[in-house]
Amino acid sequence: MSEHIIELQNVTKYYDDNLVIDDVSFYVKKGEFITFLGPSGCGKTTTLRMIAGFDLPTKGKILLNGKDISLLPPNKRPVNTVFQRYALFPHLNIYDNIAFGLRMKRVRNTYRNESGETYTKTEKLTKAEIAAKVKKALEIVDLEGFEKRSVATLSGGQQQRVAIARAIVNEPEILLLDEPLGALDLKMRKEMQIELKEMHKRLGITFIYVTHDQEEALTMSDTIVVMADGVVQQIGTPTDIYNEPANTFVADFIGESNIFNGTVTGSRKVKFCGKTFDCVDDFEKNEMVDVVVRPEDIVMCAPDEGTLKGTVISVVFKGIHYEITVQVGKYEVVIQSTEKREEGETIGMKIPAQEIHLMKRLYTLNSFDGVITKRNTVEFADGEFECDVTQLYPGSSIDEEDYLVTAAGEKIDLTGTEVKVEVGLEDISISDDENAGGTKGHIISIIYKGDHYRLIVRTEESEEDFVFSTDDLWNENDFVSVIIPKDKIKLSLKNVEEKKR
Amino acid sequence: MKMPRFSRKTLCIPYAVFLLFFVIVPMLVIVFYAFTDTANGFSFSNFINFFSDPTKLSTIVYSFVIALITTAVCLLLAYPVAYILSRSKMKKKNVILMLFVTPMWINFVLRINAIRELLKWIGLLGEANYFNTIFGMVYDFLPFMILPLYTTMLKIDNNLYEASADLGGNAFITFTRITLPLSMPGIMSGITMVFLPSMTNYVVSDMLGNSKVTIIGKFIETYFGTDWHMGSMIALILLVVVFVSTLLSGGFKSEDNVRGANI
Repeated sequence: MSEHIIELQNVTKYYDDNLVIDDVSFYVKKGEFITFLGPSGCGKTTTLRMIAGFDLPTKGKILLNGKDISLLPPNKRPVNTVFQRYALFPHLNIYDNIAFGLRMKRVRNTYRNESGETYTKTEKLTKAEIAAKVKKALEIVDLEGFEKRSVATLSGGQQQRVAIARAIVNEPEILLLDEPLGALDLKMRKEMQIELKEMHKRLGITFIYVTHDQEEALTMSDTIVVMADGVVQQIGTPTDIYNEPANTFVADFIGESNIFNGTVTGSRKVKFCGKTFDCVDDFEKNEMVDVVVRPEDIVMCAPDEGTLKGTVISVVFKGIHYEITVQVGKYEVVIQSTEKREEGETIGMKIPAQEIHLMKRLYTLNSFDGVITKRNTVEFADGEFECDVTQLYPGSSIDEEDYLVTAAGEKIDLTGTEVKVEVGLEDISISDDENAGGTKGHIISIIYKGDHYRLIVRTEESEEDFVFSTDDLWNENDFVSVIIPKDKIKLSLKNVEEKKR
Repeated sequence: MKMPRFSRKTLCIPYAVFLLFFVIVPMLVIVFYAFTDTANGFSFSNFINFFSDPTKLSTIVYSFVIALITTAVCLLLAYPVAYILSRSKMKKKNVILMLFVTPMWINFVLRINAIRELLKWIGLLGEANYFNTIFGMVYDFLPFMILPLYTTMLKIDNNLYEASADLGGNAFITFTRITLPLSMPGIMSGITMVFLPSMTNYVVSDMLGNSKVTIIGKFIETYFGTDWHMGSMIALILLVVVFVSTLLSGGFKSEDNVRGANI
């Protein structure tokens, strides 16, 4: 139990009314290098700031060595942070920057008096002790002799080292690093990655690292926590996360992937790209699944020997391998291989069963809470859509005054009625004409699934998501309007029990 | 078409002329008057006269003390306001800052008259002349203290406060070791902008001090009615006092002195 140095229990965080962390629980083992990985805005930095104490959780607990520290101020926590923009004190020289924490530190020293009794005193570090510690910290970050320099005279990489020295000199139990290499150029970043990793080994303290760079996370970490939308998507070793992504988000975010829609056709059999494959994951028969295959796991062979057959449509040399795109019927398959193929060539492809990863479809239907308006339209997700309200009561019709008349001839005014709205993934289309559809939003995610794209459009105000498939290529962050045909909006009355939330 | 071209030197001419006629020549005139007597002969008599006259010396000390108190009160009032406003995430903070600053845009004489009426109404006018003078000056010069403080503090990266706390600093340490030193340029320019006017702005002391409080500015004005030579000498001494105090406070060396606000 005590080897869990940090544990988050059902931590939820709101900024004003925005939910940024949604019921996150995990633990960090003592001495490990753990990385929070995710796109910007996924909540990784907020999680780190809650561990540092700069932000307090709205709900839930943060335990340090089993003790609740959720509400403890940052200066009382045995953790130190390396900030994204270094945050060195500009008015102090390098020595004073690094000594800042040491000068406030109190240590318990044991003494023996004349009569031989021992007693302890809580004391400040002496000048000599501080100087020795600063010197050692500067050695660790390779900046010997920089004591008297001012912050402004240092390069970005040197400032980064000072920031690290300033944090580790206090010998914290946990070192928090908030995208520390984000501002450095590529070469410098690679060097620092290796140095940080070595530093971690040498110091033996727990490192919690935040980054949006999947390669960085895979290179450095013992454990990766993949986050998106304030929710933990997967926790595991770099190998686990790469080889066994828990869902299409992780598969798409970490490395390159082919993602297809598949159907389970029997025990350990799945159909995608028009063919049936053996696989190792077991799902219910007929279940719709997402199929993820890494490009390097597809084996090319003679045209008639493979399960799939297709024509090479593009070959790109990437240094270590070729990236070969193959058209298989209406699907596109991406392969990475050290063997070259020519454009226009027909090839066969095999996929070993253990390389086919099946995952539960995250989205099969869009559902919203809506309200019927005066004009018999339905309002949901920041917009108003035309719909057929007669589906709420079998056999009903609309009279000339826009009242609903039930099969029994009863007139009902539906204004204000709360309904459940459901729209299928295939029934939504989008347009860049802002006024063409019922509501508007930004495209927040695009995943290519071999023959089509799966998009998520999020509305601005209530942040409702529309998930749907399209053949057209859009760009992330495009502002679009959402169009749903009248007959594709399925309405159902909300039960009275459900209404109480 | 050929564009008329001016070299940088040519463009400088108007400024050089301005500086010559409105800064250098008047200064020389003051120096000339200060070191001559009524017969226009070179003389140290004004200088000796000033330092041997207890009234004149006490006036300069009074002015200095009044300016010092005014500056200190302004600083004590402005610092928390600037600090809170610069750190707040409130959307309306610019409006609040404007409210502190707007009096600056109302005619000075009108403002002082209003204060005078107020003091008369509560019965302080003529009763507490020094208090009234300082009160009026603080009211008048407060914006000049708030603005530079606010802009300096706005520039302090929030991460620095967090870094201080992260390294174990409590609120007091963060204030004394981070906030205070980093806001020093603002404090310095605030002080220079309040201190000098407080020594010379005799309209405030005349109207609120019931003409009982004589500050050095008033003194100079009076002498220029009768004795230009003495007046010039006092003006020169004031100049030296201000120059020396600015030098001591390091007001010349800080390259990023902020004397305004970008609201």
